[in-house]
Amino acid sequence: MENSKNIFNENPKSSLAKVLDIITTMASKPSGFIGLAILIFHVILAISSPWFAPYDYKAINPSLMLNAPSSEFWFGTDSLGRDVFTRTILGGRTALTITFFGSIIALLWGGLLGIFCGLVGGRIDDIVMRIVDAFLSIPWILAMLLIVSLLGTTTEVLIPALGFFYGKGIVRVARAATHDVIAKDFIVSAKARGHSNLSIIWNEILPNVRDAILVEGAMRWSWMLLGFSSLSFLGFGVSPPTPDWGLMISNARGLMSFAWWAVIAPIVGLSSLIIGINLTADAFAKALGIDRSTKAPV
Amino acid sequence: MKTNIQEIKDLSIGFKSQKGKQISILRNITTNIRKGETVGIVGESGSGKSTLALAMMGYIKHGLFTTRGECLFKSQNLLSLNNKELEEIRGRKIAMIPQNAGQALTPNLKIGYQIEEALRLHTDYSKTEREKKISELLNQVRLPSPKIMALRYPHELSGGQQQRVAVAMALAGNPELLLLDEPTTGLDVTTQAHVLELLKDIAKDTGTSMVYVSHDLGAIAQVCDRVIVMYAGEIVLEGPVRKILKEPIHPYTYGLLKSIPKLSLAGLPDSMPGSQPQPGNIGSGCSFYDRCNFSNDKCKVNVPKLEYISEMDTSVRCFNHSELISITSEQKSKNHLQKEITIDEILDLKDVSISYAKQGIIDQFLNKVTDTNPTVKDINININKGETIALVGESGSGKSTILKSIAGLLKTKDGYIKFDKEKLLSGDLKKRNSEDLRSIQLIFQNPDESLNPNHTVEQILSQPLKLYFGLTGSKLKSSIAELLEKVRLGAFYMSRYPRQLSGGEKQRIAVARAFAARPDIILCDEVTSALDVSVQAAVLDLLQKLKEELGTTYVFVSHDLAVVKAISDRVAVLYQGRLCEIGPSKNVYQFPSHPYTEVLIGAVLEPDPDIKPKLVAEDIVEEKPPEIGCSFQGRCPRIIGDKCRNETPPWQIGDNGNAIRCHIGIEELKIQQSQC
Ligand SMILES: Nc1ncnc2c1ncn2[C@@H]1O[C@H](COP(=O)(O)OP(=O)(O)OP(=O)(O)O)[C@@H](O)[C@H]1O
Ligand code: SF4
Ligand code: SF4
Ligand SMILES: [Mg+2]
Repeated sequence: MENSKNIFNENPKSSLAKVLDIITTMASKPSGFIGLAILIFHVILAISSPWFAPYDYKAINPSLMLNAPSSEFWFGTDSLGRDVFTRTILGGRTALTITFFGSIIALLWGGLLGIFCGLVGGRIDDIVMRIVDAFLSIPWILAMLLIVSLLGTTTEVLIPALGFFYGKGIVRVARAATHDVIAKDFIVSAKARGHSNLSIIWNEILPNVRDAILVEGAMRWSWMLLGFSSLSFLGFGVSPPTPDWGLMISNARGLMSFAWWAVIAPIVGLSSLIIGINLTADAFAKALGIDRSTKAPV
Repeated sequence: MKTNIQEIKDLSIGFKSQKGKQISILRNITTNIRKGETVGIVGESGSGKSTLALAMMGYIKHGLFTTRGECLFKSQNLLSLNNKELEEIRGRKIAMIPQNAGQALTPNLKIGYQIEEALRLHTDYSKTEREKKISELLNQVRLPSPKIMALRYPHELSGGQQQRVAVAMALAGNPELLLLDEPTTGLDVTTQAHVLELLKDIAKDTGTSMVYVSHDLGAIAQVCDRVIVMYAGEIVLEGPVRKILKEPIHPYTYGLLKSIPKLSLAGLPDSMPGSQPQPGNIGSGCSFYDRCNFSNDKCKVNVPKLEYISEMDTSVRCFNHSELISITSEQKSKNHLQKEITIDEILDLKDVSISYAKQGIIDQFLNKVTDTNPTVKDINININKGETIALVGESGSGKSTILKSIAGLLKTKDGYIKFDKEKLLSGDLKKRNSEDLRSIQLIFQNPDESLNPNHTVEQILSQPLKLYFGLTGSKLKSSIAELLEKVRLGAFYMSRYPRQLSGGEKQRIAVARAFAARPDIILCDEVTSALDVSVQAAVLDLLQKLKEELGTTYVFVSHDLAVVKAISDRVAVLYQGRLCEIGPSKNVYQFPSHPYTEVLIGAVLEPDPDIKPKLVAEDIVEEKPPEIGCSFQGRCPRIIGDKCRNETPPWQIGDNGNAIRCHIGIEELKIQQSQC
C-alpha cells in the first residue's frame, strides 16, 4: 500500500478550530492585531455604552453650551449643551448596526449574482454585467439621496439601499473568482456527472470563492460606513437627536474654530473604526492566503 | 581530464519547520560540472533537482537557506556573493532556461525586441552589434528567416519555436554554463525531439557546459554525457550516461528504468511500490529502504555512503550494489492478459464532426452549425465492451475534443454517438438521462485540477454515490471505504484534503471517483502524464486490474506512444482532428504505417543513448487542418503531389488488420518504410 505510514499529520479540524486558527494568524502580525483590537473595542463599546453613558444623550441644557473639556464633561459639551463624551460613545451604534446588516445583504446578493454570472457565462453574463456597470457609473450618493427622499430614512430603507449599492462591487469580485475556478476540471467533472447548477454552485464553487467574497465584503463594510456617515452628514442618515458621528460632525463643523472638541471626538470615533475594519480585512485576506504572493525571480 | 567549471562541495539546503525543526531538502551534495560537458539531473518531483539547479546559479528560494557547503563557480562561492556580484554572473556567465520558458515570453513584445533586451542586459554590445547578434542567435537556434521572425509576437510562433526563442535569449550573454529546467516538458513528441537535437548541436558548437534537469530519462539519454540521479535530496547514483541507463547499479534507478513503458516491449511495465519520503520524514537508514527490493537489515539502520566504483566510473549510494551488477540487464515485463475481445459493441461513433466555430445568431436560433472545416471531422470508431481503445496524436489533434463530445460536454456538428447499440447519446448534457450519465465517466489529466481543493476525500467520493445511488449515512461511508480499498488506499484517507496527498494518491482518488458511478465506459484524458514515471506505472497497473475485475471499457487519450502501447488493445491515430490509422495496437506499431504514425514512432525518445529518434518531418505546427485533401499534407515526408492536396485519401486495410488512410498503397508503404 502506498504511503501507509504517512507523512502528513495534519488532522481534519472542526470549523470552530479553523476560525480560531484564522483569528490567531490575523493577530500574529502587528497590523492585524491593532485592527482587530480597534474593531473589538468599537463593538464592545457599541454594545455596552448605554449602560455606562454618564449623561442623557438628548438632555439639552442651554446653560452648558459649548463648554470646553473638563473633569465633569470629559469631551466638553456641544452647541445645545449636550455631553459630547456621552454622544460619542453612543454615536457608533446606529452606523455599525445599519452597515453591518447592509454588508450582509450586499454579500448575499452580490456574491450569488456574481457566482451565477461566472457559472452560466455567455449572453446572460454579458447582459447582467452591462447592467451592473451601468449602475456603477451612477454616482451612488445621488441615487441614495433620491431613494431616501422618496422612501424616508428609516432603517428598513437604509439597510437594503446601502446593501444594494455596495453589492455591485462584490458581483465583480465573485464573478472573477468564479471564472478562476470554472475552467478547472473538477467543475467540468461535476457537470459531466450531471449535477444541477445549484448543486455545483453550492458544493463545488462556493467553497472555493467564499474567501475572496468574504474579504471583499469586509472591505465594503468600511466603505459603507463612510458612505452612511456621509449621508448622516448631509442630513439624510439618522435623524436628530439620535447620536451619530456623521451628524455630530455636521452639526459641530461650523463652530470648529472655537469649539474643536465637539468635532474632534466623533471624527476620531469614525476614522478609527474605518481604519480598524480596513486593517482587519487586510489581515483577514492575508490569513486566508489571498494576498498577492511574491514570486521567485526565476 | 577536463577542468571543472563548477564544483559543489558538501552542499545542504533546508528550511525551518513551524516547530522550529531544521529540515533538509538537499543533503550533502558533492559533484562537479566539467567544461563542455552536459550533465543530466534526474529524479522524481520533490527529489530536490530544481533546488540544486537553482543553487548552481547562486539562487536559493525564499524561505530556504544553506546549512552547509559551498557552490564554487570558477572557485568563487556563489552562495556567499551579494546581489550585485551575482548580477555580473547570472545571464552572462551562467544562464538559465526555466520550465515553460517559451510560454513565459512577454506576449505583447516582439521576439527581436525581447532578445535585444537580453543582450542589453547581459552584454556590452553597441546597438548595431546587438542587431547583428539578434540575427545570429535566431540562426543559431535554427529559426527560419531570422529577419522576419524578429518582427513576430510570441503568439505567432509554435510551442517549439517559442522554446527556441527562449534558448536564444539564454545564449545572448555567451554563457559558459547553461542550466535547463525541464526544457522540453510539455512540448509535443516531435517538437521535443527537434529541440533536443538543437541543444545537443549548440553544446557541441559552442562548448557550453549544460546542466539538464528532467524527470524524463528518454530526453536525458539523448543529450547528456553524464547523469546524476537524485532521490530524497541525495545523490544516489552518478556516472556516464551509458552506464547509468544500461547498467543501473542502484535499486532505485534500476526500478525506475523498469517502470518506463517501452515501444519494444509489450504489456505493462513493472511498477515500483510506495512513494518518495517527504523531507523531514526520512528514516534513520537508507532513504530508499521502504521501496527497495534488495534491502537487508543493514540498510534499515545504516546510511550508505556514496561510493566510487572506478571500473565503471560511477558513484553509487547502496550497500548491495554488487548484487545488481550480476543481474542481467535483460528486461521482462508482465504481459497483460491479451484476452480476445468479443465483438460486442458498446459505443459507436459514426461520421462525427465537432466544431468550435462561433455560431451566428440565426444559426444558433435554428440550432445549426455551419463550418466547412470543423476541428474534428469524419470520425468513425466503434468500441467493444471491455476493450481499451487509445486515441493518440499531438497537441491540438482533437483527442480531448472527441472525449468531451462522448461525455456530452460538446455538441457534435454531424454524425452521432450511439451507446449500447441502440441508445443515441444526446449532444446536450441536460438531455441525457441519469442512467446514461452514470454509464460514462471521465478521468482527467491533472488531479490537482480535477479534485476540489476544498473537499475532503470523503466529500469527493460521496458526490457520485449520492447523485446516482442516493446513498447516505453508514451505507455511504462503507461504500467510500470499499472504493478506497479498490484503489489500494486505506480508509484513513477519507478525512484528507487533496493537498495532503501525493500526486499518485490524488490520481487514485480521481480513479475511485470515476469507478464510484459503476460506469460501463471510462474516458481517460492523459491520466498519467502529470505523474512521475514510477507512479505512472502503478496507476496504469491499477487501471488494468480494475478493468479485468469489472469489465470496464476505456477510451484512453495520450500523447505518449509507449504508454498507449502498454495499455491499449486498439489504437486510433489522429492528426488535426482527422483519423489517420486505426487498428490493433501491436500492428499499428509495425510497418506498414500511415506516414504520420511513422513520424510519431520515429520521434519517441527511448531511455537508451544508443537508440536515436528519427526526425523525418519538420516540427511545424499547423493552425488549421487543410480544407481539402489529406490532413497530413503539410508535413508529410512521403507526399506524392497534387493527389494528396486535392483528394481525400481512401481507407486501406493492411494484411494485419489495421486501417490506413493514405494515397500510397499498402504494399508501396511497406517497401518504402522497410528501406529506412
Ligand atoms: N474552447 C475552444 N474554442 C476554440 N477552439 C478550441 C477550443 N478548445 C480546443 N480548441 C481547438 O481544437 C483543437 C483540438 O483541441 P483538443 O483539446 O481536442 O486537442 P488535444 O488533442 O486534446 O490536444 P492536447 O494533447 O494538447 O490536449 C485545437 O486546435 C484547439 O486549439
Ligand atoms: S542501501 Fe539497501 S535499501 Fe538502500 S538502496 Fe541499497 S539495498 Fe536498497
Ligand atoms: S495521402 Fe499523401 S500526404 Fe497524406 S499521408 Fe499519404 S502520402 Fe502523405
Ligand atoms: Mg487534451
